Amino acid sequence: MAFHSEPVAKPRIVVIGAGMAGGRIVEEILKRDDRMFDISIIGAESCATYDRIQLSPVLAGEKTFEQIVTHSQDWYDLNGVKTHFGCWVQGIDRDARRVVLHDGQTIAYDCLILATGSDPIRLPLPGADLSGVVAFRDLHDVDLMQKAAEAGGEAVVIGGGLLGLEAAYGLAKRGMKATVIHLVDVLMERQLDEAAGRLLEKALAERGVSAVLNAQSEAILGETHVEGLKLKDGRVIPASLLVMAVGIRPHVEPAKSAGLTVERGIVVDDQMRTSDPFIFAVGECVQHRGQCYGLVAPIWDMCRTLADVLTGKNPQAAYLGSELATRLKVSGVDLYSAGQFNGGDGCEDIVFRDPARGVYKRIVIKNDQLVGAVLFGEAADGGWYFDLIKKGESIGEIRDTLIFGQAVTEALAGVDPNAAVAAWPDDTEVCGCNGVSKGAVVAAISGGADTLDKVRGCTKASASCGSCTGIVEQLLKVTLGDAFKAQTGPKPMCKCTHHGHAVVRQAIVEQGLKTIPDVMQALKWETPDGCSSCRPALNYYLLCAWPREYQDDPRSRFVNERNHANIQKDGTYSVVPRMWGGVTSARELRAIADVVDKFNLPMVKVTGGQRLDIFGVKKEDLPAVWADLNAAGMVSGHAYAKALRTVKTCVGSEWCRFGTQDSTGLGIRLEQDTWGSWMPHKFKMAVSGCPRNCAEATIKDFGVICVDSGYELHVGGNGGIHLRGTDLLCKVATEAEAREYSMAFVQFYREDAWYLERTAPWIERVGLEAIKAKLFDEETRKALMARFLESQAVFQVDPWAEHAPQSEPAKVFSPLADLRSEKKEMAR
Amino acid sequence: MSGDLALQTPPLTWLDVGAAADVPYQGARRVETDKGAIAVFRTVDNDYYAVMDKCPHKGGPLSEGIVHGRHIACPLHNWSFSLETGEAVGVDAGKGCTPTVPLKIENARIFLGLR
Repeated sequence: MAFHSEPVAKPRIVVIGAGMAGGRIVEEILKRDDRMFDISIIGAESCATYDRIQLSPVLAGEKTFEQIVTHSQDWYDLNGVKTHFGCWVQGIDRDARRVVLHDGQTIAYDCLILATGSDPIRLPLPGADLSGVVAFRDLHDVDLMQKAAEAGGEAVVIGGGLLGLEAAYGLAKRGMKATVIHLVDVLMERQLDEAAGRLLEKALAERGVSAVLNAQSEAILGETHVEGLKLKDGRVIPASLLVMAVGIRPHVEPAKSAGLTVERGIVVDDQMRTSDPFIFAVGECVQHRGQCYGLVAPIWDMCRTLADVLTGKNPQAAYLGSELATRLKVSGVDLYSAGQFNGGDGCEDIVFRDPARGVYKRIVIKNDQLVGAVLFGEAADGGWYFDLIKKGESIGEIRDTLIFGQAVTEALAGVDPNAAVAAWPDDTEVCGCNGVSKGAVVAAISGGADTLDKVRGCTKASASCGSCTGIVEQLLKVTLGDAFKAQTGPKPMCKCTHHGHAVVRQAIVEQGLKTIPDVMQALKWETPDGCSSCRPALNYYLLCAWPREYQDDPRSRFVNERNHANIQKDGTYSVVPRMWGGVTSARELRAIADVVDKFNLPMVKVTGGQRLDIFGVKKEDLPAVWADLNAAGMVSGHAYAKALRTVKTCVGSEWCRFGTQDSTGLGIRLEQDTWGSWMPHKFKMAVSGCPRNCAEATIKDFGVICVDSGYELHVGGNGGIHLRGTDLLCKVATEAEAREYSMAFVQFYREDAWYLERTAPWIERVGLEAIKAKLFDEETRKALMARFLESQAVFQVDPWAEHAPQSEPAKVFSPLADLRSEKKEMAR
Repeated sequence: MSGDLALQTPPLTWLDVGAAADVPYQGARRVETDKGAIAVFRTVDNDYYAVMDKCPHKGGPLSEGIVHGRHIACPLHNWSFSLETGEAVGVDAGKGCTPTVPLKIENARIFLGLR
């Protein structure tokens, strides 16, 4: 082994600009060769490199700054990159090949990379220098906007492009009244056609952002601080904050004063070389083949090319320009546009409209190739269309179905969508936000990252905007085969966490988490004790996972479950005693009548589930009402709970001339099996004695239709907002089997569905086949039933009996104190 | 402005309404008064707050909501309010405020400042 007496001097690369392009070029070079160069980076902002695109979610309060840092100071230190943050460049001495900083320091280079980005355009309006007038470009602007939003009031955003709309949405989300002023009559007219623009306008209005179109700004009003915006037509829009988001302009100053060729941007060739062979440029400051870019995908393309060239990995690498695609980062507004969406000579349009669902899709075809797409309302297929645009292959064979998206097109063409992904070459980009290739994702999966979350953790793929989540999941399926368990998808449970329901449920079981604080600690919850949507979900997941060990948390239950009654609009409660299978008796009816008289209750109503609902009970009377009903042998009907509600029945063979089996008896037994079982959502059953289906079993979560030869079992029906008829699960011969299947089905639902997901959407998500596969396997079915019975042994408890009027918990049903003048003494 | 207000309004009377321990963690108890019920909350950090027990949206009893951080989610339509200011927060920010009531804890007893 040879020894060097002194370190060999490495070629020195200096990067000016520590934004997304600067950070990225350093990373791309290091990825190819981390020993070849001595690298320095200069950045004007006094912090590490962050993902500027994600400033919108930061402004909207959906992400924190820490979450959008892509290259921290630590990262640069670890990789041996010298940083000069908080510094700006005074000049470039091309002859001596060195950069002079504002403080006089000089840094010598062998190769210089300009990644100076762009500046926001500020309109030269009167009043533009007032305080409260900001751009939307960096962290400093976001800070100013957040502070302004804390004071509330009205905000005006000039510019109805991508950036302006995201700024306005962020401000509206932070409580300001936000108005967007736009020069032309369509929002985002560079990305959207008119129809999609109108839909966007409507969607934004629903989120508190109003738009004034065809509006020209004349002057910003105010003494020292902005007070409003005056338009050319005389209208004045009041504002305590004014954001200019009218566009960006390449930042070319250092290049220009160094004498490089500069037009609109710094002119570069296909290898990102400027007019000086030792100086290169990447990112928004660049003009390539006459084009300047303001989006992120071209930056990644440019950085890959330049890194290939500099490290010699591929000296012939060439950047040939980028196709552009845009996705709007406004929560709940799905909008995607790519390529040449506005048509032109020789172009044909295919348009799909469903105004009721707010869905609009338009694809543009030219010479048998897809050249553009605009998607509104349903944008999941954006990446697929974009890929077709980039490939430029003939779409003649799939033209008929193209507008319906990837799933339909590939299913009809007999293509397994997974197979298509499997066939992609390794260098195909999967995640545009983080520039992750298929090869990198597959390598991570093969290396042990067997869940979506783990892949996100080690490759960053799907960790930013999430639009490639579907592809990453397909890669998981292709790589792992049956070992892959379907994942949660990108949607977090709530704002307290970035994990979805499936990930949380899995973590609870796999990591043995047994309390809500444990879960929050292990999964890095971002709020101290969650919120009203995640805490009830966690409480449920824990009690489902650990029926014997978990201590139920009433403070994480919705009022109805805590008070064992339904809260009504006036703050009183209604109470529903259980009537097994819809059967009652004189004794029970008498007890109910007595309660109604004794507590002077205003109404009793027969419910849709064959029971009696007693209305108008005051909270402090609840324990006494329960005690009276309990004394007559009645238990709580859980009419308030995410649990088994009712089992509706008809009279069946006992009385009915058509009845084939004892449907009432079976209903009672099913109810006795399953009452008291906590579930992801309310759960209803029914048993009909013949196919006339008087008990309406085909719109229940679990329905039985008795026939001569046995029992048809139905699942996944819902009579709610979205009516859904059941799917036939199977036919069984005996009542015992019907009960066994019902318990196994309930347990599978309990263990697999997300909190507040009823069986209907759950079945549509996991597929009937998955449910059949579980339940038809005898061993699995028996195991599910065993777990169900174990849980029932713990939870099949009547809350009314538990809270007898004198019991300790009952105390909280009375006021802490009563200071009303007619009742001076304190109540306890 | 608060100075002027203090001149016009009668001074606070501090009333003992019960033991601090009688309010459950992450929960609430009601105190009935002639001006309506007051909800006394205890947070996960063991801080106490009192607000009028009436959501400014549809009059929901806030004392029955889920306490999270220093916020309360109304049981009727899930609007969230700051227990410190009474202001609606989140998507409903700016749409309403429930009046807060001065509260202090002395010798493990809860005192409400009433006028």
